[in-house]
Amino acid sequence: MSAVIRPDAPVLLEIRDLHASVENQPILKGVNLTIRAGEIHAVMGRNGSGKSTLSKVLAGHPAYTVTAGSVFYRGENLLDLDPEQRSRIGLFLGFQYPVEIPGVSNLEFLRVATNARRKERGDEELDTFAFEDVVRERLSVVQMDPAFLDRSVNEGFSGGEKKRNEILQMALLEPVVAILDETDSGLDIDALRIVAGGVNQLSSPDNATLLITHYQRLLDLITPDAVHVMAAGRILRSGGKELALELERSGYDWVDAELARLDGEAERQPLEVA
Amino acid sequence: MSSTATVGDLVSQNYKYGFVTDIATDKIAKGLSEEVVRLISSMKQEPAFLLDFRLRAYRQWLQMEEPDWATLGYPPIDYQEIIYYAAPKQQQKKSSLDEVDPKLLETFEKLGIPLSEQKRLSNVAVDAVFDSVSIATTFREQLAEHGVIFCSISEAVKDHPELVERYLGTVVPTNDNYFAALNSAVFSDGSFVFIPKGVECPMELSTYFRINSGDTGQFERTLIIAEEASTVSYLEGCTAPMFDTNQLHAAVVELVALDDASIKYSTVQNWYAGDENGVGGIYNFVTKRGQCRGDRSRISWTQVETGSAITWKYPSCVLQGADSVGEFYSVALTNNRQQADTGTKMVHVGPRTRSTIVSKGISAGHSANSYRGLVQIGPKAVGARNYSQCDSMLIGDQAAANTYPYIRCQQPQSSIEHEASTCRISEDQLFYLQSRGIGFEEAVSMMVSGFCRDVFNQLPMEFAAEADKLLALKLEGSVG
Repeated sequence: MSAVIRPDAPVLLEIRDLHASVENQPILKGVNLTIRAGEIHAVMGRNGSGKSTLSKVLAGHPAYTVTAGSVFYRGENLLDLDPEQRSRIGLFLGFQYPVEIPGVSNLEFLRVATNARRKERGDEELDTFAFEDVVRERLSVVQMDPAFLDRSVNEGFSGGEKKRNEILQMALLEPVVAILDETDSGLDIDALRIVAGGVNQLSSPDNATLLITHYQRLLDLITPDAVHVMAAGRILRSGGKELALELERSGYDWVDAELARLDGEAERQPLEVA
Repeated sequence: MSSTATVGDLVSQNYKYGFVTDIATDKIAKGLSEEVVRLISSMKQEPAFLLDFRLRAYRQWLQMEEPDWATLGYPPIDYQEIIYYAAPKQQQKKSSLDEVDPKLLETFEKLGIPLSEQKRLSNVAVDAVFDSVSIATTFREQLAEHGVIFCSISEAVKDHPELVERYLGTVVPTNDNYFAALNSAVFSDGSFVFIPKGVECPMELSTYFRINSGDTGQFERTLIIAEEASTVSYLEGCTAPMFDTNQLHAAVVELVALDDASIKYSTVQNWYAGDENGVGGIYNFVTKRGQCRGDRSRISWTQVETGSAITWKYPSCVLQGADSVGEFYSVALTNNRQQADTGTKMVHVGPRTRSTIVSKGISAGHSANSYRGLVQIGPKAVGARNYSQCDSMLIGDQAAANTYPYIRCQQPQSSIEHEASTCRISEDQLFYLQSRGIGFEEAVSMMVSGFCRDVFNQLPMEFAAEADKLLALKLEGSVG
C-alpha cells in the first residue's frame, strides 16, 4: 500500500487490485495505488515489470484487457470510459514512444485536442487564430521552435523533440492527472532539463503527476513525494524519495528474494488471477 | 432536308419497338439494337451526322469484347436487360426554371444543388442532369454575355451543330474501347461547354448527374472546348439512389484545349456503392480524356472517387502541343465490397510536355483498390518530363491495394519519376489521437484527410470541404 502523503487533499486516482492482460497474458497482477491532489509519484522497476502496461491501461489502450480490480478517477469509474473521454476529463498520458502521424498538421492536432478538453470543461472552443496565440505562449514551457507547429504530428522529430511535443500537449490540455511514461528516456541532459522544468512548471496543488522512470537523474530534477517499485505486475514496495536513491545504489536484486517470498505465500493462498 | 424525313419515319416506325406504353414514364423498352439506337436519335431529333456517329459506334461495339484486364470481379453484364433511355415526364427542357417540375427542383435541392434563383450557389453555374436528360442550366445568360456556351449536349446539337460535329469523337474515337463505343451509340445527355478565344470563364461550371431509375443505364457525354488562351474550371458531382440491383454508368468525357488554353476538370463521384455485402451499386465504366491540342495548353484532372460498386476510370491527357501540361490528382476511396481500378494515362507527344500524377488510394473493409497508370513518351517528345506519386492507405486488415504503373518511353531525352508508398492506419496512431480527446471516427478522418491533402488542395474551394466531409461519412464504422 502506498503511503498517504497529503491526507487532507482530495483523492484524484484510486487504483484497487488492478489486474490486466494482453493477448491473454496476465501483466498486471494486483496493483494498488492512491494519488491525491498536489502529489508527484514515481513508479520504478525493471523492464517488463508492468510499468508501461499500467500507464496504457489507465489511458485505455484497446490491446489491454482489465480482468479484475477497479480504477476510480475523482470518484468516477475510469474503466467505463473511452480513451478520448478519459483525456477530456483530465487524464493525460505522455507516451514513451510518441507515434508519427504523417499528413496531420501538428498545429491542427493540438487545436482539436485542446478544444476537446475545453469543450468538456465548458470553455469556449478556440478558432485557429485564438489558438495560435495560446500555443505560442505555451511553446515557451518546453522551449520549442514554432516551426514544429507547421510539421506533421511527430513526423521526422528527433527523440527529444517528440518528448517536448508531449509536454507541450500536457501544457495545453492542463490535465488533472498526468502519467509520464519514461519521458526521460532517450533525452540528452539539456532536453531532460527542459522537460523536467516543464513538468515542474505545470504541477500545482490541484493536479498530480505519475512519473514512470528508470533513472534517478529525472528525480534529481523533479522531486517525488512517493516512490513505488513495481515487479511482476505489482507494487512491491513504496517509500519516499530516498527509496529511489537506494535503488540507484543497490539495484533491484532484493526484488527477486521478495518475489520468491510472495510467491510462497501465494501458493498457500492462491491469488485470483485469470 | 432528307434526314428530317428519315427521322420522322423512324419515329413512327420505332414506336412499336420502343416506347413503353405508359407514356408518363418516358422510358424505352429495355435492350439494345440498331432500332434502339435509331430511336434514341430520332426522339432527340438529331441531325444525320449524329445518327451516323451512333450507328458507326454501335456496329463497332458489336465487334468488340468487354475488357477483362482490370483487377475487378463482377458477374457478366446483360446488355439486353438495360434500359437505354429514360427521361422524367417533362421531356422538353423548359425555358424558365419556373416551369420545371417542382419535384425535380426539390430532388436537386435535397442533394445540396439548389437551382432556383434565390438559392443557387453564387459563383457556380449548374447543369442538372436527371436520368438521361438535362433539366436545367443556371446562369446561362450571364455566361452568354462572355461568349461562353454552357448547356446540355442535346441543346448544343440543336443550337451549335457545327461545333459538336467538329469536336465530338475527336478525343475519344467511337471505337476507343468497349464502353466508349457503347456510350457513343446510346448517349442521351450530358454537358457542353465552349469557351471562346481569350475568355476566362467568369464562374465555376458544374454538372450534377442523378441516376433515378432502377433499371436504367446512364450514358452521358460531356464535351468541353477551350479555344486559344481561354480558361475554365468545371466540376461534376454524381449520386444515385439505393437499389439492390446494379446500374450501368458508362460516360465519355472529351476535353479539347487549344493554344495556351487551360481546363481544370474536377469530379466528386458519389454513386451508390452497394450495401456492406456488395449488393447493388453502380457499375461505373467511364472514359475521360483530354487533348492538349495547342502549344502551352494545360489540362488538369482532379477526382475524388468514393462511390460505385465498380469503378473503371482513367482520366487521361494527350499532350500534343509543345510545352503542354497534363495533371492528374486523385483520391479513390473504397469500403465494404467496393472495387476500384482507376488511374490515368499521360501520353507525351509534343516536345517539352510535362505531366504530374498524384494518386491516393484508400482501401477499407473488404474492398480492393488498384491504381493503374500509363506514362508514355513518344519519339518526338524531346525534353518531356513526368512525375508520379502513388500512395496507398489500408484501413483494417481485409482490404487490398495494388499499383500497376506502366511506363513506355521512346525518347531518351526525357525524364520519368515514380514514387510509391503504402501505409496503414495503425491501432497505435488511433490510440494516440484518442488519448488526446479526439474521438475514434474523427481520428480516422483526420488521418485520411491528411493523407489526401495534396489532392484536396487542387479542388475548387467550395468543394474541398465537401470532399473532406464525404470521406469521413464514407468511412463511418469502417474501422474496428
